[in-house]
Amino acid sequence: MPFSSLSHIQDRLNTGSTTAVEVAQLYLNRIAAHNDTLNAFVHIDADHVLAQAAASDKHRAEHGARSLEGLPIAVKDIFCTQHGPTQCCSNILKDFHAPYDAHVITKLKEAGAVLVGKTNMDEFAMGSSNETSAFGPCRNPWNTDYIPGGSSGGSASAVAAALTPAALGTDTGGSIRQPASLTGITGLKPTYGRVSRRGIIAFASSLDQAGPMTRTVKDAAMITSVISGHDSGDATSVADAPELDWLAACDKTDMKGMRIGVPKEYFVDGMDAGVRASVEEALKQCEALGAELVDISLPNTKLAVAAYYVIAPSEASANLSRYDSVRFGHRCENPEDLLDMYTRSRDEGFGTEVKRRILTGAFALSSGYYDAYYLKAQQVRTMIQQDFISAFENVDIIATPTSPITAFKLGEKTDDPLTMYLSDIYTLAVNLAGLPGLSQPCGFSADLPVGLQWIAPAWREDVLLGAASAYEGATDWHNKTPQAFEQTSGGES
Amino acid sequence: MSWEVVIGLEVHCQINTDTKAFCGCSTAFGAEPNTQTCPVCLGMPGQLPVLNTLAVDKTILTGLAIDAQINLESKFDRKNYFYPDLPKGYQISQFTIPLVEHGHMDITTKDRGDRRIGITRIHMEEDAGKSMHEGLDAVSHIDLNRSGIPLMEIVSEPDMRSADEAIAYLKNLHQLIRFLGVSGADMEKGQFRCDANVSVRRPGEELGTRTEMKNMNSFRFIKQAIDYEVMRQIEVIEDGGKVVQESRLWDSVKSESRSMRSKEEANDYRYFPEPDLPPLRVSQLEVDNIKAGMPELPHQLRSRFEAEFGLSAYDADVLTQTRNLSDWYETLVAAHPADPKRCANWMANELLGRLKELNKNIENAPVSPSEFGKLMDRIGDNTISGKIAKDVLDAMLESGKSADAIIEEKGLKQVSDTGAIDTMILDIMAANQGQVDAYRGGKDKLFGFFVGQVMKASKGKANPGMVNQRLKELLQG
Repeated sequence: MPFSSLSHIQDRLNTGSTTAVEVAQLYLNRIAAHNDTLNAFVHIDADHVLAQAAASDKHRAEHGARSLEGLPIAVKDIFCTQHGPTQCCSNILKDFHAPYDAHVITKLKEAGAVLVGKTNMDEFAMGSSNETSAFGPCRNPWNTDYIPGGSSGGSASAVAAALTPAALGTDTGGSIRQPASLTGITGLKPTYGRVSRRGIIAFASSLDQAGPMTRTVKDAAMITSVISGHDSGDATSVADAPELDWLAACDKTDMKGMRIGVPKEYFVDGMDAGVRASVEEALKQCEALGAELVDISLPNTKLAVAAYYVIAPSEASANLSRYDSVRFGHRCENPEDLLDMYTRSRDEGFGTEVKRRILTGAFALSSGYYDAYYLKAQQVRTMIQQDFISAFENVDIIATPTSPITAFKLGEKTDDPLTMYLSDIYTLAVNLAGLPGLSQPCGFSADLPVGLQWIAPAWREDVLLGAASAYEGATDWHNKTPQAFEQTSGGES
Repeated sequence: MSWEVVIGLEVHCQINTDTKAFCGCSTAFGAEPNTQTCPVCLGMPGQLPVLNTLAVDKTILTGLAIDAQINLESKFDRKNYFYPDLPKGYQISQFTIPLVEHGHMDITTKDRGDRRIGITRIHMEEDAGKSMHEGLDAVSHIDLNRSGIPLMEIVSEPDMRSADEAIAYLKNLHQLIRFLGVSGADMEKGQFRCDANVSVRRPGEELGTRTEMKNMNSFRFIKQAIDYEVMRQIEVIEDGGKVVQESRLWDSVKSESRSMRSKEEANDYRYFPEPDLPPLRVSQLEVDNIKAGMPELPHQLRSRFEAEFGLSAYDADVLTQTRNLSDWYETLVAAHPADPKRCANWMANELLGRLKELNKNIENAPVSPSEFGKLMDRIGDNTISGKIAKDVLDAMLESGKSADAIIEEKGLKQVSDTGAIDTMILDIMAANQGQVDAYRGGKDKLFGFFVGQVMKASKGKANPGMVNQRLKELLQG
């Protein structure tokens, strides 16, 4: 059961062979057994989890089951919740309690989900390894000397080790897909504007999007169908987005007639040989399922990293100005004056990577540099969007590796931010273009998971889910489990 | 050689919506500090702005009233700076593409006659909160009730050449804003605040270095501040110095300005497009609908009052100062159409002066247009004289009673009975035989003396026309 999919747990709840309380208790036990090793959760309130589960069982008995009735879902520490702290894994928000739920949290609650707790992440979602968290790094269940990816590393690790059957992450430049890839699970970043951002702590507002991290494609669809939809409280949440039949999209078992674009720029020297081999093998499998592979070019791909690392920090530099210690958050001891209060509070509260990005962003926006950096980056962004639009004139979907490398060791890249930034090279462009993307497991390289990334036109998550479902149905990678975490009670067998 | 003064003005005007620019909080003035706030206007994590479209409509209406171009696509930007009363660390404003551009406002000035002042742009933005330092020991308090209140910033071209022109422009703008009903524009409540950019130059030369006088909220202070700044700059230059580009603050107590910060210390606001708000798009149809609902503007009303009611330019101007005044006047004329000019004269010269002395205005006048109109009728039908009517008006304002009641009660009805008037005249002639002889001997000027005596004897109630007529006849002998 621990490694069951959400939909399997749902079946068992529906047939009465288990209860929400039993399910919650099972995962709480696993968290108790393994979280010290993984540091995937930064906040757990077991009593609150069980109370939600009991309420869910009661609701099922009295009113019938809602769409996510009794299903445990963990959420990244970036989602504001009325219950418990919301700290974005930053010291500047230490012990911050939001007086509101994020819109997607409300949606999950209304659907009957049981919120398991807050998962670890890179501070303010800035990082690709979960090492910038103020609450210590999270570890990869496939090898605990390795990072789980980031920034949604805690959610990825927790799902991969079955400390929860599913979790929410956020994806600004790959923060759902890259850790999903590095931990061998499925992660979906919806089209920008599909899911409300209200109550999700902002990193880069024009790029941020929340999405599910799950064991199967259908589970991802189940959650997205609940959290998506227009929210009048988020002006960037699109009011007339095409409605999808999320679950029906997952019924696809073949790829007949599907034209899959394979961009040459995503298969370059320097990528991990095992990653290349796994992805090429996956593409062959797609051909066997009836797809046609089409060589395409996304010529401006190489500019994505530079554009992203101007736009995202620029927006972040303003988004993080509110952490000024005036109304909430960390304030330094005995400030001498206003400037001292600002500088010392922020210096003490923010970690190195966050400061680096605030400085980068403030520089890019400053007078005399704006045109050369921010404006230029926005022009590149438009070019990248145009690349995808042109590509989708000839293909239905694009397939790439999610990351050029598999998970790396803790500390291996912390001194080298530029190499770290390159681990998101295949995911960033999708955010810049606002497109939906999905990563699913497609093999292993040196015993570490490899992810296959699907990219679809805007609002066509159904195409993503269809291709990924067909591939998942024909392969077994999503059923692989990290051996060290197969038992519920820690190291005992 | 003479100096030319160049002035451009930026007016921050609070848009009078019930709720704030980007959240549902109340904008009511005077509430307990921090009671009209929510996670959005407090800048809490993850909170997002949602634009108040009524504030957009009111800004468009203002743009249309100054003959400006309405940009069907404009956008919002973030203006970044740190201050404790700015919760998000940035202000949502419009920088590169404002909602309104290229308008103008006509003014009439003493020295240069009719002038057209260009209005560069009107953009929307949110207000910050309020910091309070006074009377507090080593701490400051912050009230965020004002945080997020919608403002329009109205930026003029540097088209004004004197403090008087600046004030004329501001008064016209203030009047227009109030007529449009887009702002209370109460200057004491900070709903209409002005920054003045001032420079001086020799006529024909390039623009001189300007300074900016910040955040003034009284016409008197603005005039003082501009005049002071002009003198200061001229002195600096004539003493061989250079004007430094800087922001200055007017100290109305000391009647002098002081430097706030120079250009070098000025903030780099790092403007960039607000990613939480999509571009602001309005359709031509919406603009047309707003235009169709445009109320009559002050200058249109002035012309109409002159043409339709035959008012003097002065009276028309006085009675169109506010919408409430012109409405009051129109109600008055509608109920008592006999003599619109008399109504205007009396309203402009008698009623408003008295209200001012009573510290009241037309909105809370103790007399209604209909009662005031009856007073006009009593003058018209010769029940009382104009002089008596002034006393009646005083009594009406004091007691709230009707004109007729007061006339009745105090027996003020005009004496128009020839017999009674003749009796009074003959008595006075008998008592003043010397003056009668002198008058008859050619001292015409004494006629006024006799009129005064008769009016005095009648306690002002004698019909002045009849007194004149009868006096002439009886004095002839």
